[in-house]
Amino acid sequence: MAETRTPYVGRAMKRIEDPRLIKGIGTYVDDVRLPGIVHTAILRSPHAHARIRKIDVSAARALPGVVAVLTGADVNDACGLVPCAAAIPDLKAPKHTVLAGDRVYYVGHPVAVAVATDPYIARDAIEAIDVDYDPLPVVADAEAAVKPGSPLTHPDLGSNVAYTHTVAGGSSIDEAFRSADRVIRHRLVHQRLTPMPIEPRGVVASFQPGEGTLTIWTSTQIPHLLRTLLPAMIGVPENKLRIVAPEVGGGFGAKLNVYAEEALVAHLAMRLRRPVKWIESRRDNAAATIHGRDQIGEYELAVRNDGTILGIRTRTIADLGSYLQLLTPAIPTLTGLVLTGCYRIPAVKMEIVGVYTHKMATDAYRGAGRPEATYLIERLMDVVANELGVDRLEIRLKHFPQPSEFPFATSCGLTYDSGNYQGALAKAKQLANWDQLVKDRDAARASGQLSGIGVSTYVEICAMGPSKAMPAGGWEWGSVRMEISGKVTVVTGVSPHGQGQETTFAQIVADRIGVPIEDVVVLHGDTNVAPYGRDTYGSRGTAVGGSAIVMSIDKIVAKAKTLAAHLFETTSDHVTFENGVFTSPGVTNREIGWTELAGEAYVAKNLPAGLEPGLEASSFFEPQNFTFPFGTHIVAVDVDRDTGRVKITKYVAVDDCGPQINPLIVEGQLQGGIAHSIGQVLFEKTVYDENGQLLTGEFMDYALPRATDIPEYVFGHTVTPSPVNPLGIKGVGEAGTIGATPAIANAVIDALAPLGVTHLDLPMTPERVWQAMKTTAATTV
Amino acid sequence: MPIPVRLRVNDTDREHVIEPRVLLVHYLRDLCGLTGTHVGCETGICGACTVLVDGQAVKSCTLFAVQADGASVTTIEGVGNGHLHPVQQGFWDCHGLQCGYCTPGMIMASIHLLAQNPSPTRAEIAEGLRGNLCRCTGYSHIIDAVAQASAAGEVARG
Repeated sequence: MAETRTPYVGRAMKRIEDPRLIKGIGTYVDDVRLPGIVHTAILRSPHAHARIRKIDVSAARALPGVVAVLTGADVNDACGLVPCAAAIPDLKAPKHTVLAGDRVYYVGHPVAVAVATDPYIARDAIEAIDVDYDPLPVVADAEAAVKPGSPLTHPDLGSNVAYTHTVAGGSSIDEAFRSADRVIRHRLVHQRLTPMPIEPRGVVASFQPGEGTLTIWTSTQIPHLLRTLLPAMIGVPENKLRIVAPEVGGGFGAKLNVYAEEALVAHLAMRLRRPVKWIESRRDNAAATIHGRDQIGEYELAVRNDGTILGIRTRTIADLGSYLQLLTPAIPTLTGLVLTGCYRIPAVKMEIVGVYTHKMATDAYRGAGRPEATYLIERLMDVVANELGVDRLEIRLKHFPQPSEFPFATSCGLTYDSGNYQGALAKAKQLANWDQLVKDRDAARASGQLSGIGVSTYVEICAMGPSKAMPAGGWEWGSVRMEISGKVTVVTGVSPHGQGQETTFAQIVADRIGVPIEDVVVLHGDTNVAPYGRDTYGSRGTAVGGSAIVMSIDKIVAKAKTLAAHLFETTSDHVTFENGVFTSPGVTNREIGWTELAGEAYVAKNLPAGLEPGLEASSFFEPQNFTFPFGTHIVAVDVDRDTGRVKITKYVAVDDCGPQINPLIVEGQLQGGIAHSIGQVLFEKTVYDENGQLLTGEFMDYALPRATDIPEYVFGHTVTPSPVNPLGIKGVGEAGTIGATPAIANAVIDALAPLGVTHLDLPMTPERVWQAMKTTAATTV
Repeated sequence: MPIPVRLRVNDTDREHVIEPRVLLVHYLRDLCGLTGTHVGCETGICGACTVLVDGQAVKSCTLFAVQADGASVTTIEGVGNGHLHPVQQGFWDCHGLQCGYCTPGMIMASIHLLAQNPSPTRAEIAEGLRGNLCRCTGYSHIIDAVAQASAAGEVARG
């Protein structure tokens, strides 16, 4: 009899990838060692906007150990432009060369590269380069940039407006405002943020001139998209290009891009016929790896006095920076897609104005468009509740669709797959002991303390996504191979960099194939091993990538049944497969396991007619829709009256990402995501001054949350499977960041409400909170 | 001018002639081949490069290798004596890492923390790790990991 196993799926298992990482023997890009390798340093512009009059590299070239010093004039003709994959109608785009041409457009713009036998000498060399800059007028403020008479970021484009795009849907927005009792207006700013993975970017390239092949190790989330997009930049065809994403030290969207340095280092390796390495410094990472968010919106809500929201209208200015990176102009449009959150709001219109400024490009940063939307709608729900004197939970419940109404078509044009928003809210209330929490807050207030409670009920877009909605295909590829030994090799086209799919995919495969998890190996992140994939971003890895694995498992099992039927001398409809054992009840008592079957499949001396040898299958999974995880976060805070410091005293999160494959990993994703929100709400802001100088260029100036900033959490879950994929799962990589930001912000505003504070922009630093307390105290006395 | 430097690294005596400007972290990575110690910022903030120098947690990007001349250095490769150190085991059991880049520094800082305070409270663990940044985990599981290692130490000590 087949032995019954406890399924691996659903268990909080330790990760398979961890031993090498905790021993310090994983290989990140900077750990790649090749004979004859040379090192690079990149000279970057200290000006936000300037004409380059002259570059003198002679002193740099003369330094002992320097192999080459090259400028834009040397490499730009040999390298294609840095690509943007987002398709926005009437988009004005500047030419984005690998190194600056005769102008620089942001602090950090690469101007020259030095190559040397030692990284210290490469740094010496860039210091010896003499650049004569002629500073030009700077555009540092996106709102000022759209006013007449503003200097131009790119004078040749004739305007600072890259595009104007309208997301609109549902019933008539004008009618909604005509029939409203009141219009509530509010301005909301999403500050610029720096993703700051602890591993900066890095690239190693090695050219094999005999074969004409090029291998690039790069700290990226998207080895496959790079393999698709780099050939146009470096002239190596896709089938001679191998991209390896080894251990990647965090991404958060910052490594979901095609960067100039990837093409530059590849070009240098071919040009110099030597392996070349570039490792980004933290200062370069802060200046020249993409930033996130940076949206300013004026919002209008058409409401009835009973709290019914009839429509939302907004004009949002999105600060794109000076260049378009891979998805730069598309990110604000994602905000428009999910602007109505988990609410039935009949009419919506969002006009997005994408604006060029002399700053680093913005692009996808953890959540990418959805944290913006959730922050907006969840702040606005509180604003409306306060203005109308309606309970903030009631106003949310009033606008939730019922669970029976899913799939639910939103006025933004999406179809939410499945949901039970009432269930998540009820569970969070219960876990937070809501009534007591409110009593405690009121008692604290009565004693003069500033205590507040914040709520957010969020929905997000995950599992990206249907190919028709994605710039470069949204499917995922995966293969499963039963080896002749009975071991299982899984290859996935997603490219995990901390998300743990070496473990979760092994859990799925071990259960469905019926082998011990120790017999499963999951390979990824090398385009010679995983020939096709669409990589890791948008909480897609397990929901889309895992589904391709499930399809492949099904194909193998079907083939194995055919083979087993042949061995049983019956037909496959008489074969039963359970827990890794094939039987044919009523036909024979014989049992066949995978090892015997794999042996037959590969030795191939006794196969049924027409059956190919081997036991391997690969699949492309094409999702028919996105998935829409949701949940409720409830946060309690205390604000110190003397210092303005915010302390999170309670954090309850109920998240529904569908069935959980590994609850330990789910919890880790949520905790990590919430920490990004704690950073955004309380500490983090990327600051450029009026001259476009970057003031947050190091960890010394850019305040990441630390271990002491983190509260104790109470986590709960509801489980609403998605109908979109065979696993029913929704995705969880970004949920924490999407749900938490408004909950924490709402809690701080609630704490300050007795002082008359109705809004504060992010980040709510002690200084900003203290100033608000001082100002309102002065005006209300 | 290159000068000689002698260190004991993970219980092995090392002798090199190096430029005085070489940072300890680059000495360990490039001359000793111990790439488990990572560079995250070069400003002493992130702690990814934390190693033990004569038993003290030190950010090895803030020290020149020559300043450590004569010292005994322990890196992530040198802990555990061929087994997982209780702190490593804690990180594994508690999912105290995701991308793993900050992890060696976190583990070294945690070992130092427990050497100074074998039974820390959660608040004391958080305070002890303030000098190490992690962008993936949100720290909670890291605190769990160190708490587990502390408890294991208490059991071992009886």
